[in-house]
Amino acid sequence: MLSRTADSLYWMARYTERAENTARLIDIGLQQSLLPGQQREAQASLAGMLGLAELLPIYQKKFGDVDPESVIRFMVLDEENPSSIWCSLRNARENARAVRGQITTGMWETINATWLEFLQLCDEDLPLTEPGKFFEWVQMRSHLSRGITIGTMFKDEAFRFVRLGTFIERADSTARMIDLRFHHIETMDAKSGALDPDDPEFAVREFYHWEAVLRSLSAFEAYRKVYRDTINGSRVAELLILNPDVPRSIAACINEVVENLKNVGNGNSAETRRRAGKLAAKLRYLTLEEISIEGLHLWLTKLLGDIDDLGVRIRQDFLVL
Amino acid sequence: MFDEMLLENGSVRPHYQGFETWKSARESGYLEAKKAEADHLFRQVGITFSVYGDDVGTERLIPFDLVPRIIPAAHWARLEKGLAQRVQALNLFLKDVYGRGDILRAGIIPANRVLGNTQFRKEMLDLNVPSGIYSMIAGIDLVCVGEDEWYVLEDNLRVPSGVSYMLENRKMMMRLFPDLFSAHRIAPVAHYPDLLLETLRQGAPDAQDDPTVVVLTPGLYNSAYFEHAFLAQQMGVELVEGKDLVVEDDTVFMQTTHGKKRVDVIYRRIDDDYLDPEVFNKDSMLGVHGLMRAYRAGRVTLANAVGTGVADDKSIYPYVPEMIRFYLGQEPILHNVPTHICSEADSLKYVLDNLEKLVVKEVHGAGGYGMLIGPAASKAEIADFRTKLIAQPDAYIAQPTLSLSTCPTMVEQGIAPRHIDLRPFVLSSPSGIRMVPGGLTRVALKEGSLVVNSSQGGGTKDTWVAAD
Repeated sequence: MLSRTADSLYWMARYTERAENTARLIDIGLQQSLLPGQQREAQASLAGMLGLAELLPIYQKKFGDVDPESVIRFMVLDEENPSSIWCSLRNARENARAVRGQITTGMWETINATWLEFLQLCDEDLPLTEPGKFFEWVQMRSHLSRGITIGTMFKDEAFRFVRLGTFIERADSTARMIDLRFHHIETMDAKSGALDPDDPEFAVREFYHWEAVLRSLSAFEAYRKVYRDTINGSRVAELLILNPDVPRSIAACINEVVENLKNVGNGNSAETRRRAGKLAAKLRYLTLEEISIEGLHLWLTKLLGDIDDLGVRIRQDFLVL
Repeated sequence: MFDEMLLENGSVRPHYQGFETWKSARESGYLEAKKAEADHLFRQVGITFSVYGDDVGTERLIPFDLVPRIIPAAHWARLEKGLAQRVQALNLFLKDVYGRGDILRAGIIPANRVLGNTQFRKEMLDLNVPSGIYSMIAGIDLVCVGEDEWYVLEDNLRVPSGVSYMLENRKMMMRLFPDLFSAHRIAPVAHYPDLLLETLRQGAPDAQDDPTVVVLTPGLYNSAYFEHAFLAQQMGVELVEGKDLVVEDDTVFMQTTHGKKRVDVIYRRIDDDYLDPEVFNKDSMLGVHGLMRAYRAGRVTLANAVGTGVADDKSIYPYVPEMIRFYLGQEPILHNVPTHICSEADSLKYVLDNLEKLVVKEVHGAGGYGMLIGPAASKAEIADFRTKLIAQPDAYIAQPTLSLSTCPTMVEQGIAPRHIDLRPFVLSSPSGIRMVPGGLTRVALKEGSLVVNSSQGGGTKDTWVAAD
């Protein structure tokens, strides 16, 4: 297939996934702000989220203080913020339009309808009046788009590039989300002094924090199934990084990258396949203890570099003319 | 005024009787509700076009009218013969003027009108066009002025567009009104992409067994992008942009995820001027460096060939009946509109004396721009055109104002007559000339207007060729 087509398919999927992940991220931040006594944590969490996408300086210049409404305006509606849902959905749709001949009618119509409905919902002010409902809508549209891709698309190279886009984007997003959440709870501890693990407030705080993280990655039920135990940070990290059966875990994403790379191999791509395979093997045999020895933040930073490297290599091998 | 559905006394012509019966059995408001449904579906499907001058990326719906345009099968049978005859002669003319030049030597057409024409491409002289067919895809604009009384208004031999609307309109009508289709015997059109693919494959150079066909588009923001993507998808071929193609050793390749792949036939939807910066417009970002070298070497087929504009130019149009007699030895089946060539002194005088009765068109104009419709024009507009004509008579032709037929059309006030035309799409390959029955019917939505172009507020209708 045309390299330019593969490129558009890859980015179409990345932007679709990005819109969903942004919605998940903001939604959890806003939900936390509804809990009693959590405003400060929620505000810090929203600011952390902006920092994660390296957007905090742009945001502060435009809006000043971090408050939920401005964050929604910035991350959902701002046409100048390249990470906003507005831009992600528009870019997903523009890329789909560029390859509308290569995707199924159903896929194109779904992505096109998402964009048109999004503009309509913005007109009706839904992101501000009912953010929960709106973010749920963004996620549902992403599910729909992915579902119709799997359900209707011929499983040729084109399909593989769509899938590669999805999982590179998701691996990156999950890694950043975990990093943010651990960093966040550490800074909370540093500010207010670590709570004694026997303090009942400790358990409550831990629960709400990690429960929100799990829910934002649709992994709450999985946690219960795997551990049948109380929720704590180490197990959450283990589940979201190393468990290949959790659909949004890093291990699951990298396995998918390996699998899809297998089906698009060309003369240039052997090294990319090797690196992806090596990363998957590492995730398969690693334990959380080993990660802890290196330090979670440091380890995740390196991992983000590896994921980025895979993304760049995929572009070089297949997509760049 | 000739209405295709209604007789002057208001009764319904026989070939519309079935539709009328069906329509009168619907509740009031039914068609309006269906119309809203159709608009929603078109937008969802993204059947849109961009208008030059609007913001980049602005997309509009082309208005779709639910009342079908019905042509009796017997009328179509005659049209089909006439179209095949005309397109055959036009292709022979192109082969001739870029080759031996018989028709010029015979004095049938003044040589300077052809050789001095801005659409004449000297780069095409003695270039061996694979299969010898220059315009593989032609769109011939017809108007009806009375019972089975048709005229050819214009030939489009370069990159005629609109066929996707013909196909989507039919799909939409079948989706909205399946019962109508089970009650009528309407000739199908959905196989057009198959015919097109076959035509393109047959035109491949050096008898390639399994030629690779691509559609070349200027890109996402072109007004007809939807159609380019649609046709590529329907034919199952790649939709490429200029930057996807490279020429090496006079052979055209596309850049794929598995390296370079040879391309044999390019259905190009880019004008000649932008095709190859080495030969034509040097600033073109849309074209492919070296494409003309590959073409000249006979390594690739362009559909349509370069330089076909010299045959559909308005200053050549008056000679088409003579071409048919010259090349085929036949009498033309389809009539031309009588045309005054303003560069001829007698004609210019007549035109200037009768401006308020005539339609004046720019020889190189297209899209309904730059024309004067005398009966509808103001004194100032007529005076303006008079000045232009005197200054540059060879840039214009003039024709009597034809009374285009009307067809009932849904407008804000209900259903009212609006003027329509017809563009059938004619495919030419070494094995013959083929077309699907009917074509694209365009309708001027403004009351009394004769301009049907989508860029100027025209709409479209589904076109039925219906068995009696």
